[in-house]
Amino acid sequence: MIDWSLITQYGDRFWDGTLITLQLVLAASLIGILLALPLSLARSSPRRRYWIPAYGYIYFFRGTPLLVQLFLLYYGLGQFEAVRASIFWPLLSDAEWCGLLGLTLNTTAYTAEILRGGIRAVPRGEVEAARAYGMSWWLLQRRIILPRALRIAWPAYGNEVILLLKGSALVSTIAVWDLMGETRSIFSRTYALEVFLFAGVIYFLLTFLFTRLFYFVERRINRYLVSY
Amino acid sequence: MNIRLLLLALISGLLFTGLAQAEKIRIATEGAYPPFNMKNAKGELVGFDVDIARALCHEMKADCEIVAQDWDGIIPGLLAKKYDAIIASMSITPERKKKVDFTLPYYSNYLRFIAPKGSDLKITEDGLKGKTLGAQRSTISSQYLEDHYRKSANIKVYDTQEAAFLDLKSGRLDAVLVDAYPGYDWLKKPENSNFDFVGDKIDIDDKIGIAIRKGDDALRERFNQALKKIVKNGTYQQINAKYFPFSIY
Repeated sequence: MIDWSLITQYGDRFWDGTLITLQLVLAASLIGILLALPLSLARSSPRRRYWIPAYGYIYFFRGTPLLVQLFLLYYGLGQFEAVRASIFWPLLSDAEWCGLLGLTLNTTAYTAEILRGGIRAVPRGEVEAARAYGMSWWLLQRRIILPRALRIAWPAYGNEVILLLKGSALVSTIAVWDLMGETRSIFSRTYALEVFLFAGVIYFLLTFLFTRLFYFVERRINRYLVSY
Repeated sequence: MNIRLLLLALISGLLFTGLAQAEKIRIATEGAYPPFNMKNAKGELVGFDVDIARALCHEMKADCEIVAQDWDGIIPGLLAKKYDAIIASMSITPERKKKVDFTLPYYSNYLRFIAPKGSDLKITEDGLKGKTLGAQRSTISSQYLEDHYRKSANIKVYDTQEAAFLDLKSGRLDAVLVDAYPGYDWLKKPENSNFDFVGDKIDIDDKIGIAIRKGDDALRERFNQALKKIVKNGTYQQINAKYFPFSIY
């Protein structure tokens, strides 16, 4: 039935792949939320020169498949001599950096949209109270709107990180040795379907880890809302 | 009693010949491995493998259907009975033999590195240290790289051979390890004139066979007989000459 010896035989490769996947997802989600903060503010702005570019960016990255974005970044950009001669090539020529860039650009768009939802959901009364105190725009964002929006958007953001984890399997198509890349190569020489089962269990455990972490943080940051 | 037996024999005879006539052999190929199997402008499967498949079917007087199937899933598809044979330049390896049976080999393969012309790459353990090498995933080339250079060099594997060549051209790869004949075919194209083989042939005693489900011995035997015949009557050589000016048998 299940050939457990595959785990001892290819354990180090599963482990290497898991580390790459974790690195990519953690880095992409961290950079993603940092970029998404200003992007969501721009998206929520009433001024056209802010919201239109932000809207365009979000629309493009949410409207096209991650796989297409990765292919364009990795194979597409590499076709142009100008790109190959540019200072970015050392980074763009590396599959892992390309993967990270693709995942980050993608998750930034989704996260910005999630944060925008959070910003819109901040109770009007709180904003009006802050304005009544004479807070400047920046102070209002920093003290009232963003902290509140983050708390509101947190569970949805947790979902996005889990989707990103699963979406990250696509980087195996641009020659990254992530968990999926290792799994596919192991499968290609063993033809043992259980390697996908092992990979599935690893992805499941990572997802479990992330959900617990997000739940833990959620309980802490929203503690003041819980009534006893 | 005798009449009954006779009737039974007659009916079963009729049934089986009926089956044999309606029999259709479904053959899978990849369709992305020029010049062995690829799609032409009309989307039809063509190439050395496809020609061999048709010649074999003609010899076996069988009605054949040739279908395209992604490389990664080509053996699982055979096991799932989506088709009955794989004629897709598949190397006979011990790992594959655990899952499927193979006919006699229909050509022999060896591996070669391709690098930009003027590259000073040395195909030795030291010469390849720290270099970035590419191959198609799930091929003996990628397995050779993984087995020999995983620790010392940077190995990249791609879903298709084309993608590996694309990355060689973009300069991401120092060299691509590839089956010699598709490599030869690729180098022949004018747009790839900046590239060439480097180093010697890597002969890993690689024989290419037709994969059949385990236990499908009758079909395997039919393929073997047909293969022997087309080699003997010159059909094989005709097909060979269409693609290469030297024998690959």
